[in-house]
Parts: sequence; structure tokens; C-alpha cells
Amino acid sequence: MTEPLISAEHLAKHFDVGGGGIFLRGKTSKLRAVDDVALSIMAGETLGLVGESGCGKSTLGRLLIRLLDPSAGSIRFQGQEITGLGRAAMREFRRSMQIIFQDPYGALNPRMTVEDIIAEPLVIHGAKSGTETRQQVIEMLEKVGLPRRALDRYPHEFSGGQRQRIGIARALILKPRFVVCDEAVSALDVSVQAQIVNLLQDLQRDMGLTYLFIAHDLSVVRHISDRVAVMYLGKIVEVAEKRTIYANPQHPYTRALIAAVPAPHPSQRSRGKREHIAGDIPSALNPPSGCRFHTRCPHVMPICREAAPSLIETQPGHQVACHLMTEAKA
Amino acid sequence: MSDAAAAIDAEGIALKREHPARATIKRLLRHRLFMTGLVLFLIIAGIAILAPWITDTDPNRLSMRNKFKPPGEGWIFGTDSFGRSLWSRVVWGAQLSMLIGASVVALNAVFGILIGAAAGYFRRIDNLLMRINDALMAFPAILLAIAVTSVLGPSTFNVILALGIVYIPRTARIVRSSVIVLREMEFVQAAVAAGAGHWRILTRHILPNAMAPVIVQLSFLFAFAVLSEATLSFLGVGAVPPTPTWGNIMAEGRDFMREAPWIITIPGIALMITVMGLNFLGDGLRDVLDPRLRIQQ
Repeated sequence: MTEPLISAEHLAKHFDVGGGGIFLRGKTSKLRAVDDVALSIMAGETLGLVGESGCGKSTLGRLLIRLLDPSAGSIRFQGQEITGLGRAAMREFRRSMQIIFQDPYGALNPRMTVEDIIAEPLVIHGAKSGTETRQQVIEMLEKVGLPRRALDRYPHEFSGGQRQRIGIARALILKPRFVVCDEAVSALDVSVQAQIVNLLQDLQRDMGLTYLFIAHDLSVVRHISDRVAVMYLGKIVEVAEKRTIYANPQHPYTRALIAAVPAPHPSQRSRGKREHIAGDIPSALNPPSGCRFHTRCPHVMPICREAAPSLIETQPGHQVACHLMTEAKA
Repeated sequence: MSDAAAAIDAEGIALKREHPARATIKRLLRHRLFMTGLVLFLIIAGIAILAPWITDTDPNRLSMRNKFKPPGEGWIFGTDSFGRSLWSRVVWGAQLSMLIGASVVALNAVFGILIGAAAGYFRRIDNLLMRINDALMAFPAILLAIAVTSVLGPSTFNVILALGIVYIPRTARIVRSSVIVLREMEFVQAAVAAGAGHWRILTRHILPNAMAPVIVQLSFLFAFAVLSEATLSFLGVGAVPPTPTWGNIMAEGRDFMREAPWIITIPGIALMITVMGLNFLGDGLRDVLDPRLRIQQ
């Protein structure tokens, strides 16, 4: 098997919550946003990452490109360890890893022109602002489907979809290899979503990009991804090829998620018993013992409350973290 | 945000092109309160600048023959208990007030932004800076200013320094809170992802977007500084008499309130006009630059 473009092992991010600074060093609790996650993404593929809000998807995405510093674990990019790299050493890698954000309003500096916004990564990496840089920006604008006239406009003059295109242009101007799309289409209208998803796919083909596509909309993920990872409360519970995971989801949580996607027509509704999960996602401040899903799992067993299941391969390329699978295998 | 109903072209880009700064200026020019404040402020500032040309007598020249002359007949604003021209003294007082106000604002702009940005951006020093800030803010402003001037000695420069020390923590706090909000914004994260250094992130992304509340604060601060300076002079811990400051003139006129009410009234009115003008100016700026504050206050 070839080496993955980016991989993470035992990756964790804990946030300290509470406590009052110097004098009031009270009790702080740890919010385990990402807890002991292993993940690898092959060059050129799109890994969809799904889960409920607050499950740590965005945190995981930001950890991988070192926008956040991990509390534990390691990240390797093109075979090189990038976990402990300082700001300066990280700079070269920043060329190769970029991010596209969810909110098309908050992602663009309202006081900069589109040209300045898109050119900034180039300038940071040593380009002189001049005709050459401008030419690059214009080419990038064309690639994302914006006219040249956009150059000296300000973000507020554009619609949500156009702003998202500007954000994409900024992320891709350095010709990165790995791009985190952090809910990149979630804030857009459905018709615009389709356009942006298609644009992302075209760009992926043209520029040889590798995506981590974070979303909570399973149908969008299904459209764009090669493989899908499902996250629950800071842990990855299932990873598989897209086709496998949609046709044969094994983790009860994945099954519930997929069953919850509305069918376009009543005749397409899946027959048989629908997996149903009740209640809300528990707090990551105080996650349940053992398997984190046991409080909502319809198939909970005594062992689920005691031991956390680890990701095991049930079929080639299909990994699940569930005691049901472990039992079945044994 | 621009008007939602603005005309758009075939590609959906707004047709009306307007630089954001120009749009803001336009809205300010249409704001009546702001314009009133601006005119009042410009009148006082104009008088302060023109002081050497619009007064013909030295503000400190004594003339015992002419003491307690009422306004009119040769003395525009009358004379005080030493026969000094009140017009001359009030006009030169305006200059001093403006100088002190502007200096305090400048000190605040520099150090308030520096400290606030440092505390908000580099969270490691935040706690330390903010506890010092809190300690300074625990004192009532005027008491702290009196304490500082009485340690340093009364002089115009020390008044500026004292008022700077008193108000910088307040400005710093406002800057800090804006910076904390902005540093988590996605466009700042995008700059980090692109490899931008701290300096670029602060100067290009955070501070330009943090300026609105700071400008509003500084315009109110100008009024506070003028008022506080008058208070310090009035209490005898500001610029040393016979320096013509509005506070000094009022303090001297207080003893003759019955016999020569104009001595205390005229600088009082000048002070009122200045502070009112600056407050109108600040209100206008706040309405246009930072409308959210209006709801909070």
C-alpha cells in the first residue's frame, strides 16, 4: 500500500474549561474535543467526515493542518512528522495544506479587496505584489468562476456563493496538496451548494487535490467522498469506502445517521426496522464511560459501559469501533 | 453591509461601487448630531489655534485699574479680580484644553491599543496586563488623577500624564475585547493557515477591524480629558496659576460669584460647549461606526 498523504495517530485535543487565571486557579475540567483518533488520507482522495454538531469534526480538521496544537498524538504529512514543528518550521508546510471555511461572511476580511485577500498567501510566501502576482490572482479567479472585475471589490459586494468562491481561491492560490473543507457548503442555499461542490470536484481533478470534507449533510458527503469517516463525541466510530458505508453501515450510530436521511420517494424508503436513537449527544466535558455511544445505543451490552471498543477492521478497508463487531468476529 | 436591494449585474456583483470608508463618511455627514458636534468642536478648536491672533492682551497682564470690568465696553468678556482680560484668558484656556485633550487622546491611542492588542492577542500575558488594568480601574478616575499629580507635582505635562494613566486602562480594555472576538474569526484563521506572522495578523487583519469602537471611545475620551483637566485645575492640582486654564479661571472666579458672575460663568459655558460638542461627535460616531453599542447603553 502506498504511503498516505496525511495521517494521524492517537491524536487528541483537550480544551481546559473553567478556572480563573492567576489567583483563582480553581478546578478546571477538560473538554475532550478529539480523543485518541487515528486517521489517514491518501493522496488524491476525498475523505468525508460526518457527525453531529459538537462531535469534534472541525477540531480534528484544524488539528490536521495545525491551526490548533494537539494535546497528544502525532500527525505526519508526506511521511514527515509535523506535530512538534514551530511557527517558522511550519511555514513551508502551510503552502501544502489549506482550509476552506463554512461561514462565507466571517471568512473574508471586510477591509481588504478581493485581490488583497487572494494574493495574501502569495505575499506571505515571498511574492512581490506586482503584475505577476496580479496575473496569478486573475487566473485563480477564473478557475473559481469569478470575473476579473472582482479584483478591486470588497467582500460585502458579493453573494454568499461568490464569497465562498473567493475563499476557495485564497485556499488554492498556493497550489496546496491537502485542503480541509470545513463545512464548506453547509451555509449555502441548496442550489448554490451544488455549484460549489461541483467546483470543488473540478478543482480537485485539475489540481490533484486531496480533501478532508467535513459536513453534517450525508447526501453531500455521499456525492463528493471516496471514503467516509463517522465521528461521535471526539472519536471515529466507523471508516469505510463510501459505497460500503452507505450500503452496509455496521456501527449502530452510522446506521441511525443513514436511516435519518430522508428518502426522495416513499418507495425508496428502506424497509424493515429503522434504527432509531433517542436523546442528545452527551457532553464532551463528561463523556460516558466505555463506549461513548452506549447511552443512546439500541444494542447496548454490559461490556459497552466498561470498555471502550477500539477500531477494528471487519472487512478490508472497513473499520468499526463497536463491541457488537468484536463479539461477532470472536 | 451594503443595502440588500442594491442593483446587481449579470454576474451578481453589486453595480454600485463604493469604498467602505467613503460610505461611512457619507453617513456621518448626514448625521445631524454628529455634524452639530463637529461644528461646535471645530469652533472651539479654531479659537484655540487662532489664540495669538484673536487676542490683543497677554492673558496674564495685570491691570488693577481695570479689575471687575463687566463684559462689553472695551473688554469683550470683562476682566477678573486682577484686571486681566477674560477674553484673552478664556481663549488661551481653550488652547490649553485642546492641547491636553489631544495629548491624552494620543497617549491613549498609542498605549491603549498597544496594551489592549497585546493582552487580547497574546493570551499568555493577558492575565498579568488585565490585573494591572483592573487595579488602576478600581480607583475613581479623578481621585487617581489627583493622586498622580500630587506625586508628580502640578504642571501641564503632569496633568497630561496623569489623565493618560487614568484612561489608558479603559481604552486598553475596549481594544482587548475587540481583539479577542476578532482573533477567532475565520479570516484570521485563514491568515494563520496561510502562514502569516503575528505582526501581519495584528496590523492587517485584527486592528483595522477593531478600530470602530476605539475611535468612538477616543472621541468621548477627549471630552473626559477636557473636563478632568478643568476639574484638576479647579481643585488646584492641575496647571499652576496663573496659567490660564478654564479650571483655574473658574476657581479664581468662585470667590466673586456675586460681584462678578461672568468670571466663573464664561469659562463654564466654554467648557460646556466643548464637552457637549465632543459628546455629540462621539454619539454620531458611535451610531455610524458601531451601532451595536447604542443598544447596550
